[in-house]
Amino acid sequence: MSEPRELMNKEQMDKAIAELAERIDRDVAEPGATALVGIRTRGVPLASRLRKIYALTREWNLPLGHLDITLYRDDLSTLGSQPMVRESRIEFPVDGKTIILVDDVLYTGRTVRSAIDAILDFGRPRAIRLAVLVDRGLREYPIQPDYCALKIETRPNQTVQVLFPQVDGRQQVLLLTLDEGEAPEPA
Amino acid sequence: MKTPTEAQARAAAHSTAAPTPFQRKHLLGLEDLTREEVLRILDEARGMKDIFTRTVKKVPALRGKTVANLFFENSTRTRTSFELAAKRLSADVINFSAAGSSVSKGESLIDTVRTIEAMGADFVVMRHSASGAPHLLSRNVKSAVINAGDGTHEHPTQGLLDMFTMREKLGRLEGLKVAIVGDILHSRVARSNIWGLRKLGVGELRLVGPRTLLPKWFESMGCQLHYNLEEGIRGVDVINILRIQLERQSENLFPSIREYQVLYGLTTKRIAAACPDALIMHPGPINRGVEISQEVADGPQSVINEQVTNGVAIRMAVLYLLSGYRGGPLSEDE
Repeated sequence: MSEPRELMNKEQMDKAIAELAERIDRDVAEPGATALVGIRTRGVPLASRLRKIYALTREWNLPLGHLDITLYRDDLSTLGSQPMVRESRIEFPVDGKTIILVDDVLYTGRTVRSAIDAILDFGRPRAIRLAVLVDRGLREYPIQPDYCALKIETRPNQTVQVLFPQVDGRQQVLLLTLDEGEAPEPA
Repeated sequence: MKTPTEAQARAAAHSTAAPTPFQRKHLLGLEDLTREEVLRILDEARGMKDIFTRTVKKVPALRGKTVANLFFENSTRTRTSFELAAKRLSADVINFSAAGSSVSKGESLIDTVRTIEAMGADFVVMRHSASGAPHLLSRNVKSAVINAGDGTHEHPTQGLLDMFTMREKLGRLEGLKVAIVGDILHSRVARSNIWGLRKLGVGELRLVGPRTLLPKWFESMGCQLHYNLEEGIRGVDVINILRIQLERQSENLFPSIREYQVLYGLTTKRIAAACPDALIMHPGPINRGVEISQEVADGPQSVINEQVTNGVAIRMAVLYLLSGYRGGPLSEDE
Protein backbone atom coordinates (compact mmCIF):
# COMPACT_ATOMS: atom_id res chain seq x y z
CA MET A 1 0.00 0.00 0.00
CA SER A 2 1.38 3.40 -0.92
CA GLU A 3 1.41 6.35 1.48
CA PRO A 4 -2.18 7.44 2.32
CA ARG A 5 -3.24 10.91 1.23
CA GLU A 6 -5.07 13.08 3.71
CA LEU A 7 -8.35 14.41 2.31
CA MET A 8 -9.44 16.16 5.50
CA ASN A 9 -7.74 16.86 8.79
CA LYS A 10 -9.58 17.19 12.10
CA GLU A 11 -10.55 20.85 11.61
CA GLN A 12 -11.61 20.37 7.99
CA MET A 13 -13.75 17.41 9.02
CA ASP A 14 -15.42 19.45 11.79
CA LYS A 15 -16.18 22.15 9.25
CA ALA A 16 -17.49 19.64 6.68
CA ILE A 17 -19.84 18.06 9.22
CA ALA A 18 -21.11 21.50 10.27
CA GLU A 19 -21.77 22.39 6.62
CA LEU A 20 -23.53 19.08 6.07
CA ALA A 21 -25.77 19.84 9.07
CA GLU A 22 -26.47 23.29 7.64
CA ARG A 23 -27.48 21.91 4.27
CA ILE A 24 -29.81 19.26 5.74
CA ASP A 25 -31.27 21.89 8.04
CA ARG A 26 -32.69 23.89 5.13
CA ASP A 27 -34.85 20.91 4.20
CA VAL A 28 -36.02 19.98 7.69
CA ALA A 29 -39.44 21.56 7.62
CA GLU A 30 -40.75 19.79 10.71
CA PRO A 31 -38.15 18.78 13.29
CA GLY A 32 -40.81 16.75 15.09
CA ALA A 33 -41.28 14.51 12.06
CA THR A 34 -37.60 14.03 11.21
CA ALA A 35 -35.18 11.36 12.46
CA LEU A 36 -31.54 10.48 11.88
CA VAL A 37 -30.47 6.91 11.12
CA GLY A 38 -26.77 6.05 10.91
CA ILE A 39 -25.55 3.00 9.01
CA ARG A 40 -23.13 0.88 11.02
CA THR A 41 -20.24 1.31 11.58
CA ARG A 42 -19.16 4.87 10.80
CA GLY A 43 -22.51 6.29 9.77
CA VAL A 44 -23.38 6.03 13.48
CA PRO A 45 -20.81 8.51 14.88
CA LEU A 46 -21.56 10.86 11.96
CA ALA A 47 -25.31 10.75 12.66
CA SER A 48 -24.75 11.35 16.36
CA ARG A 49 -22.54 14.37 15.55
CA LEU A 50 -25.33 15.81 13.39
CA ARG A 51 -27.79 15.24 16.19
CA LYS A 52 -25.51 17.04 18.64
CA ILE A 53 -25.17 20.03 16.28
CA TYR A 54 -28.97 20.35 16.00
CA ALA A 55 -29.39 20.00 19.75
CA LEU A 56 -26.87 22.83 20.38
CA THR A 57 -27.73 25.26 17.60
CA ARG A 58 -31.46 24.67 17.02
CA GLU A 59 -32.59 23.01 20.24
CA TRP A 60 -34.00 20.20 18.16
CA ASN A 61 -34.05 16.79 19.73
CA LEU A 62 -34.06 14.54 16.69
CA PRO A 63 -34.51 10.82 17.35
CA LEU A 64 -31.37 8.85 16.46
CA GLY A 65 -31.24 5.25 15.30
CA HIS A 66 -28.62 2.94 13.94
CA LEU A 67 -28.92 0.28 11.35
CA ASP A 68 -26.97 -2.91 10.69
CA ILE A 69 -27.52 -3.94 7.08
CA THR A 70 -25.69 -7.31 7.15
CA LEU A 71 -28.78 -9.48 6.67
CA TYR A 72 -29.86 -7.32 3.70
CA ARG A 73 -26.58 -7.52 1.77
CA ASP A 74 -26.84 -8.87 -1.77
CA ASP A 75 -23.45 -10.62 -1.57
CA LEU A 76 -24.01 -12.87 1.48
CA SER A 77 -23.75 -16.05 -0.58
CA THR A 78 -20.42 -15.01 -2.11
CA LEU A 79 -18.50 -13.79 0.95
CA GLY A 80 -15.78 -15.97 2.46
CA SER A 81 -17.37 -16.21 5.89
CA GLN A 82 -20.54 -14.72 7.33
CA PRO A 83 -20.09 -11.19 8.67
CA MET A 84 -21.25 -10.54 12.23
CA VAL A 85 -24.85 -9.38 12.53
CA ARG A 86 -25.08 -6.49 14.95
CA GLU A 87 -28.12 -4.95 16.52
CA SER A 88 -30.17 -2.33 14.74
CA ARG A 89 -31.71 0.21 17.07
CA ILE A 90 -34.63 2.21 15.77
CA GLU A 91 -36.69 2.90 18.85
CA PHE A 92 -39.09 5.42 17.38
CA PRO A 93 -41.97 4.90 14.96
CA VAL A 94 -40.70 5.26 11.40
CA ASP A 95 -44.20 5.69 9.95
CA GLY A 96 -44.77 9.12 8.46
CA LYS A 97 -41.28 10.44 9.36
CA THR A 98 -38.62 11.90 7.13
CA ILE A 99 -35.60 9.70 7.70
CA ILE A 100 -32.16 11.20 7.13
CA LEU A 101 -30.06 8.15 6.33
CA VAL A 102 -26.43 8.84 7.24
CA ASP A 103 -23.25 7.09 6.10
CA ASP A 104 -19.61 8.10 5.98
CA VAL A 105 -18.74 7.13 2.39
CA LEU A 106 -20.97 6.53 -0.63
CA TYR A 107 -19.39 4.10 -3.12
CA THR A 108 -21.27 1.43 -5.13
CA GLY A 109 -24.68 2.30 -3.65
CA ARG A 110 -25.23 -1.30 -2.53
CA THR A 111 -25.08 -0.50 1.18
CA VAL A 112 -27.66 2.26 0.76
CA ARG A 113 -29.93 -0.05 -1.24
CA SER A 114 -29.74 -2.56 1.65
CA ALA A 115 -30.36 0.19 4.20
CA ILE A 116 -33.49 1.40 2.43
CA ASP A 117 -34.85 -2.17 2.43
CA ALA A 118 -34.03 -2.50 6.13
CA ILE A 119 -35.76 0.78 7.05
CA LEU A 120 -38.89 -0.26 5.19
CA ASP A 121 -39.09 -3.31 7.46
CA PHE A 122 -39.50 -0.95 10.41
CA GLY A 123 -42.40 0.92 8.85
CA ARG A 124 -43.37 3.32 6.09
CA PRO A 125 -41.51 6.62 6.29
CA ARG A 126 -42.81 9.73 4.53
CA ALA A 127 -39.42 10.16 2.85
CA ILE A 128 -35.85 8.91 3.05
CA ARG A 129 -32.97 11.32 2.36
CA LEU A 130 -29.34 10.32 2.05
CA ALA A 131 -26.53 12.29 3.73
CA VAL A 132 -22.87 11.29 3.32
CA LEU A 133 -19.57 12.86 4.21
CA VAL A 134 -17.70 11.64 1.11
CA ASP A 135 -19.06 10.60 -2.28
CA ARG A 136 -16.26 8.69 -3.97
CA GLY A 137 -18.14 7.91 -7.20
CA LEU A 138 -18.06 4.51 -8.97
CA ARG A 139 -21.75 3.83 -8.40
CA GLU A 140 -23.19 0.45 -9.42
CA TYR A 141 -26.80 1.20 -8.49
CA PRO A 142 -28.82 4.30 -9.39
CA ILE A 143 -28.49 5.98 -5.99
CA GLN A 144 -27.37 9.58 -5.37
CA PRO A 145 -26.86 11.52 -2.14
CA ASP A 146 -29.19 14.36 -1.20
CA TYR A 147 -26.49 15.95 0.96
CA CYS A 148 -22.76 15.43 0.59
CA ALA A 149 -19.78 17.30 2.07
CA LEU A 150 -17.04 16.14 -0.32
CA LYS A 151 -17.26 14.68 -3.80
CA ILE A 152 -14.10 13.13 -5.26
CA GLU A 153 -13.10 10.92 -8.16
CA THR A 154 -11.50 7.63 -7.10
CA ARG A 155 -10.35 4.37 -8.68
CA PRO A 156 -11.54 0.89 -7.63
CA ASN A 157 -8.13 0.09 -6.11
CA GLN A 158 -8.51 2.98 -3.69
CA THR A 159 -10.25 3.16 -0.32
CA VAL A 160 -11.62 6.19 1.48
CA GLN A 161 -11.31 5.92 5.25
CA VAL A 162 -13.27 8.22 7.52
CA LEU A 163 -11.93 8.03 11.05
CA PHE A 164 -13.94 9.07 14.10
CA PRO A 165 -12.60 9.53 17.65
CA GLN A 166 -15.21 7.15 19.14
CA VAL A 167 -14.22 4.30 16.84
CA ASP A 168 -10.69 5.03 15.65
CA GLY A 169 -9.21 7.26 18.33
CA ARG A 170 -8.75 10.20 15.94
CA GLN A 171 -10.58 12.24 13.34
CA GLN A 172 -9.40 12.33 9.75
CA VAL A 173 -10.34 11.37 6.18
CA LEU A 174 -7.75 9.36 4.24
CA LEU A 175 -7.45 8.14 0.67
CA LEU A 176 -5.56 4.86 0.50
CA THR A 177 -4.25 3.39 -2.72
CA LEU A 178 -3.70 -0.36 -2.79
CA ASP A 179 -0.86 -1.78 -4.83
CA GLU A 180 -1.49 -4.40 -7.46
CA GLY A 181 -2.36 -7.76 -5.89
CA GLU A 182 -3.66 -6.28 -2.65
CA ALA A 183 -7.30 -7.08 -2.04
CA PRO A 184 -9.52 -4.01 -1.87
CA GLU A 185 -11.60 -3.65 1.28
CA PRO A 186 -15.22 -4.69 0.91
CA ALA A 187 -17.41 -1.71 0.12
CA MET B 1 1.21 11.19 9.88
CA LYS B 2 0.37 7.88 11.49
CA THR B 3 0.45 4.90 9.20
CA PRO B 4 -2.87 3.38 8.12
CA THR B 5 -1.90 0.06 9.65
CA GLU B 6 -1.94 1.73 13.06
CA ALA B 7 -5.33 3.17 12.32
CA GLN B 8 -6.58 -0.22 11.22
CA ALA B 9 -5.23 -1.86 14.36
CA ARG B 10 -7.02 0.70 16.48
CA ALA B 11 -10.24 0.24 14.56
CA ALA B 12 -9.94 -3.51 15.00
CA ALA B 13 -9.86 -3.06 18.75
CA HIS B 14 -13.33 -1.48 18.62
CA SER B 15 -16.69 -2.77 17.50
CA THR B 16 -15.48 -3.19 13.94
CA ALA B 17 -13.23 -6.10 14.95
CA ALA B 18 -13.48 -9.00 12.57
CA PRO B 19 -15.58 -11.75 14.19
CA THR B 20 -14.28 -15.29 14.71
CA PRO B 21 -14.71 -16.92 11.29
CA PHE B 22 -17.33 -19.64 11.42
CA GLN B 23 -16.52 -22.35 8.88
CA ARG B 24 -18.65 -25.38 9.69
CA LYS B 25 -20.88 -27.24 7.35
CA HIS B 26 -22.96 -29.06 9.96
CA LEU B 27 -24.05 -28.52 13.55
CA LEU B 28 -23.97 -31.95 15.13
CA GLY B 29 -23.21 -31.17 18.75
CA LEU B 30 -21.60 -28.69 21.09
CA GLU B 31 -18.86 -31.18 21.93
CA ASP B 32 -17.28 -30.56 18.49
CA LEU B 33 -17.33 -26.75 18.66
CA THR B 34 -14.60 -24.50 20.00
CA ARG B 35 -15.27 -21.98 22.74
CA GLU B 36 -14.98 -19.18 20.13
CA GLU B 37 -17.50 -20.83 17.83
CA VAL B 38 -20.03 -21.20 20.65
CA LEU B 39 -19.55 -17.53 21.56
CA ARG B 40 -19.95 -16.50 17.93
CA ILE B 41 -23.36 -18.24 17.75
CA LEU B 42 -24.48 -16.61 21.01
CA ASP B 43 -23.35 -13.15 19.82
CA GLU B 44 -24.99 -13.63 16.45
CA ALA B 45 -28.30 -14.57 18.10
CA ARG B 46 -28.41 -11.17 19.78
CA GLY B 47 -28.57 -9.46 16.39
CA MET B 48 -31.24 -11.94 15.27
CA LYS B 49 -33.44 -11.36 18.33
CA ASP B 50 -33.48 -7.70 17.46
CA ILE B 51 -35.55 -8.53 14.34
CA PHE B 52 -38.47 -9.76 16.48
CA THR B 53 -39.44 -6.24 17.52
CA ARG B 54 -39.78 -4.87 13.98
CA THR B 55 -42.97 -4.31 12.04
CA VAL B 56 -41.74 -6.80 9.43
CA LYS B 57 -40.17 -9.71 11.31
CA LYS B 58 -38.30 -11.04 8.32
CA VAL B 59 -34.95 -10.41 6.67
CA PRO B 60 -33.81 -11.53 3.21
CA ALA B 61 -30.56 -13.28 4.27
CA LEU B 62 -31.49 -16.86 3.25
CA ARG B 63 -33.70 -16.05 0.29
CA GLY B 64 -33.69 -18.92 -2.18
CA LYS B 65 -32.44 -21.50 0.35
CA THR B 66 -34.53 -24.48 1.43
CA VAL B 67 -34.66 -25.99 4.91
CA ALA B 68 -36.10 -29.50 5.34
CA ASN B 69 -37.33 -30.45 8.79
CA LEU B 70 -37.06 -34.20 9.19
CA PHE B 71 -38.48 -35.40 12.49
CA PHE B 72 -38.39 -39.10 13.27
CA GLU B 73 -39.59 -38.31 16.79
CA ASN B 74 -42.49 -36.00 17.49
CA SER B 75 -41.60 -32.54 18.64
CA THR B 76 -43.95 -29.74 17.83
CA ARG B 77 -42.02 -27.02 19.62
CA THR B 78 -38.56 -27.67 18.20
CA ARG B 79 -39.88 -28.19 14.70
CA THR B 80 -41.99 -25.03 14.86
CA SER B 81 -39.06 -23.08 16.24
CA PHE B 82 -36.79 -24.17 13.37
CA GLU B 83 -39.57 -23.46 10.90
CA LEU B 84 -40.08 -19.94 12.20
CA ALA B 85 -36.32 -19.30 12.31
CA ALA B 86 -35.96 -20.35 8.67
CA LYS B 87 -38.97 -18.30 7.59
CA ARG B 88 -37.75 -15.17 9.39
CA LEU B 89 -34.57 -15.49 7.31
CA SER B 90 -36.72 -15.86 4.14
CA ALA B 91 -35.82 -19.52 3.49
CA ASP B 92 -38.42 -22.00 2.21
CA VAL B 93 -39.36 -24.80 4.60
CA ILE B 94 -40.55 -28.33 3.98
CA ASN B 95 -41.65 -30.57 6.84
CA PHE B 96 -41.34 -34.33 6.87
CA SER B 97 -42.55 -36.40 9.75
CA ALA B 98 -41.71 -40.06 9.99
CA ALA B 99 -45.29 -41.15 10.41
CA GLY B 100 -47.01 -41.17 7.04
CA SER B 101 -43.79 -40.85 5.05
CA SER B 102 -41.95 -43.53 3.16
CA VAL B 103 -39.84 -44.10 6.30
CA SER B 104 -42.72 -46.16 7.65
CA LYS B 105 -42.59 -48.12 4.39
CA GLY B 106 -39.05 -49.26 5.15
CA GLU B 107 -36.94 -46.65 3.36
CA SER B 108 -33.51 -46.15 4.92
CA LEU B 109 -32.50 -42.90 6.57
CA ILE B 110 -29.93 -42.04 3.93
CA ASP B 111 -32.34 -42.80 1.07
CA THR B 112 -34.98 -40.59 2.66
CA VAL B 113 -32.56 -37.71 2.93
CA ARG B 114 -31.24 -38.21 -0.60
CA THR B 115 -34.83 -37.87 -1.80
CA ILE B 116 -35.20 -34.62 0.11
CA GLU B 117 -31.88 -33.47 -1.30
CA ALA B 118 -33.04 -34.21 -4.81
CA MET B 119 -35.81 -31.69 -4.15
CA GLY B 120 -33.11 -29.12 -3.49
CA ALA B 121 -32.83 -28.88 0.31
CA ASP B 122 -29.78 -26.94 1.47
CA PHE B 123 -30.29 -27.76 5.15
CA VAL B 124 -31.66 -30.88 6.80
CA VAL B 125 -32.81 -30.35 10.38
CA MET B 126 -33.14 -33.79 11.90
CA ARG B 127 -34.46 -35.29 15.09
CA HIS B 128 -33.88 -39.01 15.52
CA SER B 129 -34.18 -41.50 18.36
CA ALA B 130 -30.78 -43.01 17.58
CA SER B 131 -27.73 -41.27 19.03
CA GLY B 132 -25.31 -40.46 16.21
CA ALA B 133 -27.90 -40.54 13.40
CA PRO B 134 -27.07 -36.95 12.28
CA HIS B 135 -23.37 -37.84 12.17
CA LEU B 136 -24.07 -40.80 9.91
CA LEU B 137 -26.18 -38.58 7.72
CA SER B 138 -23.58 -35.80 7.52
CA ARG B 139 -21.08 -38.25 6.04
CA ASN B 140 -23.49 -39.41 3.35
CA VAL B 141 -25.32 -36.37 2.03
CA LYS B 142 -24.43 -33.04 0.48
CA SER B 143 -26.85 -30.89 2.51
CA ALA B 144 -25.84 -29.21 5.75
CA VAL B 145 -27.13 -31.28 8.68
CA ILE B 146 -28.42 -29.68 11.89
CA ASN B 147 -28.99 -31.96 14.84
CA ALA B 148 -32.35 -31.19 16.45
CA GLY B 149 -31.87 -33.93 19.05
CA ASP B 150 -30.39 -37.40 18.60
CA GLY B 151 -31.27 -40.12 21.11
CA THR B 152 -29.63 -39.42 24.46
CA HIS B 153 -26.63 -37.77 22.80
CA GLU B 154 -27.07 -34.03 22.12
CA HIS B 155 -29.58 -31.30 21.40
CA PRO B 156 -27.17 -28.51 20.52
CA THR B 157 -29.63 -25.69 19.74
CA GLN B 158 -31.35 -26.27 23.10
CA GLY B 159 -28.00 -26.06 24.89
CA LEU B 160 -27.22 -22.85 23.00
CA LEU B 161 -30.55 -21.21 23.76
CA ASP B 162 -30.19 -22.11 27.44
CA MET B 163 -26.76 -20.47 27.53
CA PHE B 164 -28.04 -17.46 25.58
CA THR B 165 -30.86 -17.01 28.12
CA MET B 166 -28.50 -17.28 31.13
CA ARG B 167 -26.09 -14.82 29.56
CA GLU B 168 -28.84 -12.38 28.65
CA LYS B 169 -30.46 -12.49 32.09
CA LEU B 170 -27.33 -12.59 34.25
CA GLY B 171 -24.91 -10.74 31.99
CA ARG B 172 -22.25 -13.45 31.93
CA LEU B 173 -21.59 -17.17 32.07
CA GLU B 174 -18.13 -17.11 33.63
CA GLY B 175 -18.24 -18.11 37.27
CA LEU B 176 -21.98 -18.90 37.40
CA LYS B 177 -23.25 -21.76 39.53
CA VAL B 178 -25.66 -23.84 37.48
CA ALA B 179 -27.70 -26.85 38.62
CA ILE B 180 -29.32 -29.23 36.15
CA VAL B 181 -32.05 -31.26 37.86
CA GLY B 182 -33.79 -34.41 36.69
CA ASP B 183 -33.28 -37.37 34.40
CA ILE B 184 -29.67 -36.66 33.48
CA LEU B 185 -29.04 -40.17 32.17
CA HIS B 186 -31.46 -39.92 29.27
CA SER B 187 -31.11 -36.20 28.64
CA ARG B 188 -29.53 -34.88 25.46
CA VAL B 189 -30.40 -31.41 26.74
CA ALA B 190 -28.22 -32.02 29.81
CA ARG B 191 -25.30 -33.21 27.69
CA SER B 192 -25.41 -30.23 25.35
CA ASN B 193 -25.64 -27.90 28.36
CA ILE B 194 -22.67 -29.60 29.99
CA TRP B 195 -20.45 -29.38 26.89
CA GLY B 196 -21.37 -25.77 26.22
CA LEU B 197 -21.25 -24.47 29.78
CA ARG B 198 -17.90 -26.15 30.48
CA LYS B 199 -16.43 -24.50 27.37
CA LEU B 200 -17.65 -21.07 28.42
CA GLY B 201 -16.09 -21.29 31.87
CA VAL B 202 -19.12 -21.69 34.10
CA GLY B 203 -18.04 -21.70 37.77
CA GLU B 204 -19.83 -24.75 39.15
CA LEU B 205 -21.89 -27.25 37.24
CA ARG B 206 -24.04 -29.46 39.46
CA LEU B 207 -26.15 -32.37 38.30
CA VAL B 208 -29.01 -33.31 40.60
CA GLY B 209 -31.20 -36.40 40.45
CA PRO B 210 -31.83 -39.91 41.76
CA ARG B 211 -28.87 -42.30 41.58
CA THR B 212 -30.56 -44.41 38.91
CA LEU B 213 -30.74 -41.38 36.60
CA LEU B 214 -27.34 -39.91 37.46
CA PRO B 215 -24.46 -42.29 36.79
CA LYS B 216 -21.09 -41.69 38.42
CA TRP B 217 -19.25 -41.15 35.13
CA PHE B 218 -20.77 -37.70 34.67
CA GLU B 219 -18.07 -36.56 37.12
CA SER B 220 -15.57 -37.06 34.31
CA MET B 221 -17.38 -34.33 32.34
CA GLY B 222 -16.38 -31.84 35.05
CA CYS B 223 -19.64 -31.91 37.01
CA GLN B 224 -20.51 -32.29 40.69
CA LEU B 225 -23.16 -34.92 41.39
CA HIS B 226 -25.86 -34.41 44.00
CA TYR B 227 -28.51 -36.94 44.94
CA ASN B 228 -30.16 -34.56 47.37
CA LEU B 229 -32.12 -31.68 45.85
CA GLU B 230 -31.69 -29.16 48.71
CA GLU B 231 -27.92 -29.65 48.70
CA GLY B 232 -27.72 -29.57 44.92
CA ILE B 233 -29.47 -26.24 44.45
CA ARG B 234 -28.05 -24.41 47.49
CA GLY B 235 -26.67 -21.04 46.41
CA VAL B 236 -26.95 -21.60 42.66
CA ASP B 237 -27.59 -18.82 40.12
CA VAL B 238 -29.54 -20.99 37.69
CA ILE B 239 -31.68 -24.12 37.97
CA ASN B 240 -32.30 -25.86 34.67
CA ILE B 241 -35.08 -28.37 35.30
CA LEU B 242 -35.41 -31.33 32.95
CA ARG B 243 -38.67 -32.93 32.00
CA ILE B 244 -39.39 -36.26 33.61
CA GLN B 245 -40.00 -38.42 30.60
CA LEU B 246 -43.22 -40.12 31.65
CA GLU B 247 -42.89 -42.47 28.70
CA ARG B 248 -39.78 -43.97 30.32
CA GLN B 249 -41.66 -44.97 33.47
CA SER B 250 -41.83 -48.54 32.16
CA GLU B 251 -38.07 -48.85 32.78
CA ASN B 252 -38.68 -48.56 36.55
CA LEU B 253 -35.76 -46.19 37.19
CA PHE B 254 -37.61 -44.56 40.06
CA PRO B 255 -40.46 -46.02 42.09
CA SER B 256 -43.24 -43.60 41.17
CA ILE B 257 -44.00 -40.15 39.77
CA ARG B 258 -45.36 -39.26 43.18
CA GLU B 259 -42.10 -40.18 44.90
CA TYR B 260 -40.08 -38.23 42.31
CA GLN B 261 -42.26 -35.19 42.91
CA VAL B 262 -41.76 -35.42 46.68
CA LEU B 263 -37.98 -35.80 46.44
CA TYR B 264 -37.05 -33.73 43.37
CA GLY B 265 -40.03 -31.53 42.49
CA LEU B 266 -39.08 -27.82 42.49
CA THR B 267 -41.41 -25.85 44.74
CA THR B 268 -41.36 -22.18 45.81
CA LYS B 269 -40.59 -23.27 49.37
CA ARG B 270 -37.53 -25.25 48.35
CA ILE B 271 -36.23 -22.50 46.08
CA ALA B 272 -36.82 -19.79 48.71
CA ALA B 273 -34.78 -21.79 51.19
CA ALA B 274 -31.87 -22.76 48.94
CA CYS B 275 -31.45 -20.11 46.24
CA PRO B 276 -34.11 -17.38 46.39
CA ASP B 277 -32.78 -15.43 43.39
CA ALA B 278 -32.04 -18.31 41.04
CA LEU B 279 -33.18 -18.16 37.44
CA ILE B 280 -35.66 -20.98 36.72
CA MET B 281 -35.34 -22.68 33.35
CA HIS B 282 -37.01 -25.65 31.71
CA PRO B 283 -36.65 -26.86 28.11
CA GLY B 284 -40.34 -27.82 27.99
CA PRO B 285 -42.80 -29.32 27.65
CA ILE B 286 -43.32 -29.06 31.40
CA ASN B 287 -45.14 -31.55 33.60
CA ARG B 288 -46.79 -29.17 36.03
CA GLY B 289 -46.88 -30.59 39.52
CA VAL B 290 -44.21 -33.23 38.79
CA GLU B 291 -40.71 -31.81 38.26
CA ILE B 292 -41.90 -28.22 38.72
CA SER B 293 -44.79 -26.76 40.70
CA GLN B 294 -47.40 -24.49 39.20
CA GLU B 295 -46.14 -21.49 41.21
CA VAL B 296 -42.51 -21.97 40.19
CA ALA B 297 -43.35 -22.42 36.51
CA ASP B 298 -45.38 -19.20 36.44
CA GLY B 299 -43.32 -17.33 39.03
CA PRO B 300 -41.28 -14.17 38.60
CA GLN B 301 -37.96 -16.01 38.32
CA SER B 302 -39.17 -18.33 35.58
CA VAL B 303 -37.78 -17.57 32.10
CA ILE B 304 -39.39 -20.58 30.45
CA ASN B 305 -41.31 -18.53 27.88
CA GLU B 306 -38.29 -16.39 27.08
CA GLN B 307 -36.35 -19.57 26.38
CA VAL B 308 -38.86 -20.30 23.63
CA THR B 309 -38.38 -16.83 22.09
CA ASN B 310 -34.60 -17.14 22.36
CA GLY B 311 -34.75 -20.54 20.69
CA VAL B 312 -35.91 -18.93 17.46
CA ALA B 313 -33.04 -16.40 17.60
CA ILE B 314 -30.46 -19.14 18.23
CA ARG B 315 -31.77 -21.25 15.35
CA MET B 316 -31.65 -18.22 13.06
CA ALA B 317 -28.04 -17.63 14.09
CA VAL B 318 -27.15 -21.27 13.38
CA LEU B 319 -28.80 -21.27 9.94
CA TYR B 320 -27.18 -17.96 9.07
CA LEU B 321 -23.68 -19.04 10.15
CA LEU B 322 -23.84 -22.48 8.50
CA SER B 323 -24.97 -20.87 5.24
CA GLY B 324 -21.58 -19.16 5.13
CA TYR B 325 -19.73 -22.46 4.77
CA ARG B 326 -17.35 -22.36 1.80
CA GLY B 327 -15.43 -25.60 2.26
CA GLY B 328 -12.97 -24.48 4.91
CA PRO B 329 -10.46 -26.70 6.75
CA LEU B 330 -12.77 -27.36 9.70
CA SER B 331 -15.41 -29.18 7.72
CA GLU B 332 -16.23 -32.64 8.99
CA ASP B 333 -16.52 -34.17 5.55
CA GLU B 334 -13.06 -33.41 4.18
